[in-house]
Amino acid sequence: MAAESDILSTEISGLDSLEARRVEPRRPVRAAWTATWPKLAAVAVVVGVWQSVAWLRIRPSYVLPDPATVLGALGELFSEPDFLQALGVTVQRGAAGFGVAIVIGTLLGIAVSRSSILRRTFGSLITGLQSMPSIAWFPFAILIFKLSEGAIMFVVVLGAAPAIANGLITGVDHIPPLLLRAGRVLGARGLSAYRHVILPAAFPEYLAGMKQGWAFAWRSLMAGELLVIIESRPSIGAKLQFARDLSDAPGLLALMIIVLLIGMVVDGLFFGTLERSLRNRRGLNDAR
Amino acid sequence: MRLHPPRIGAGPAATRAPGGTAGPAIAIRDVTKTYADGRSATKALEGLTLDVAPGEFVCILGASGCGKSTLLNLIAGIYRTSAGTIDVAGRRIALMFQEPALFPWLTVQHNVEMGMRFRRSVTKERRREEARRLLRLMHLEEWASRRPHELSGGMRQRVALARALAQEAEILLMDEPFGSLDAITRDLLHEEIERIWLENRLTIVFVTHNVREAVRLGDRVVLLSSRPGRLATQFPVGLGRPRRLEDAALGGIAAEISARLHEEVRRHGR
Repeated sequence: MAAESDILSTEISGLDSLEARRVEPRRPVRAAWTATWPKLAAVAVVVGVWQSVAWLRIRPSYVLPDPATVLGALGELFSEPDFLQALGVTVQRGAAGFGVAIVIGTLLGIAVSRSSILRRTFGSLITGLQSMPSIAWFPFAILIFKLSEGAIMFVVVLGAAPAIANGLITGVDHIPPLLLRAGRVLGARGLSAYRHVILPAAFPEYLAGMKQGWAFAWRSLMAGELLVIIESRPSIGAKLQFARDLSDAPGLLALMIIVLLIGMVVDGLFFGTLERSLRNRRGLNDAR
Repeated sequence: MRLHPPRIGAGPAATRAPGGTAGPAIAIRDVTKTYADGRSATKALEGLTLDVAPGEFVCILGASGCGKSTLLNLIAGIYRTSAGTIDVAGRRIALMFQEPALFPWLTVQHNVEMGMRFRRSVTKERRREEARRLLRLMHLEEWASRRPHELSGGMRQRVALARALAQEAEILLMDEPFGSLDAITRDLLHEEIERIWLENRLTIVFVTHNVREAVRLGDRVVLLSSRPGRLATQFPVGLGRPRRLEDAALGGIAAEISARLHEEVRRHGR
């Protein structure tokens, strides 16, 4: 019997090593280069086109400056006394608004995905809110909150929360029924089922919802900062508005580059990295 | 929170004697299950009465539409009976599906731990120890920190088995668990499950559509008729253990059951 079970375990481990997937060793430098060069190439193409258009003088250079001038203005930005303060205010508003939106969107998503009545009543409303341009909220927000932080916060949260809630609801809807049954058979009920089965299973789509929510939050914030300018609180949006008022085209474009960069860093570096590692862990990249 | 004993559909509430008392481990009495979807009603099971003794290995066999999976879900308490009662006397039940149904966000180790996660009485240390022991039992200890997608189908099904065993259930329900595996892997898993059953004195109800598999594993093979599922016949399998799929005596019994199964299918032909 002992010999037999030895044979059994040898055969099993033999099969396992034959069948299991071989994990390729990672090569970090090469991987980083593969990921980086297309982005650098894209930047080069854009700058090239921009430079050619500037050379063609379709518009005078004080309206459409060339890349080198804008790069210079970008450098000057950092020596301006209130630029870092403005950057701080904007980033802090974005983070706070997005944070509140995550909390509200998540609670809303859990509530709606749990209850069929809530889903029938508020489900389509949430989708509707998500497609509503958040800038349309500003007149109303300014009426309620005056020209204050509250008005900006209100619209940023309204812009982002529905996308986050929707992502979570979609995620819950798309959980394979077998996983839910497995959870139930193991004894997962109520809140513990949410914590250990439903939320982790819905996480990829929830994350996609957050990513989209961030895009909405960032857009709403820029719209808000252009409209709601508070004297004592310099911000990127306010500086954009001033640059336009002063016809400072290089400064304007430099600020736009800052807006683009912040959006890209959060979207690509933060959410992108999170998403990639999540897909790798769950084996969702295997088909590629 | 532990798995509930099956809810009783009709009839008086079942007595919940602690597990291990005399009498059957599973007492199925006159159970009918009807699925209704508004317009039409389908009878999946009708008037089924069956006892499973503690420590018995029963294989349920039948063509499609005989309500095999329905029966397991009823015993596990996931579905309610339309009529009749199922009494498991408060025994804890684990259920294994045809697919591994592992949680893709957890490592193999943590998947097995999920078998104990919802029982408050189990401490974290014991959960970890027990999962490790079960993975050793399944020859999977070196794979503990991997994710399910890195494993082969047979390995995943063994993780699922370890997770089911982690529930420390007295009754193990298996719904065609080896149906999608290749012949060699299935052979090895038959040996494994037989060994585990002998060592732990589990009560196993094993659903399959493979006649040889049923005879290879079961103390008794129960044949269900199709649409609605009723008890057709039962075959005691009086062969010694361990058995081998190639045994001549096993083949003889399998042939007999196959003939009966074909008869059952022909009844539905035109």
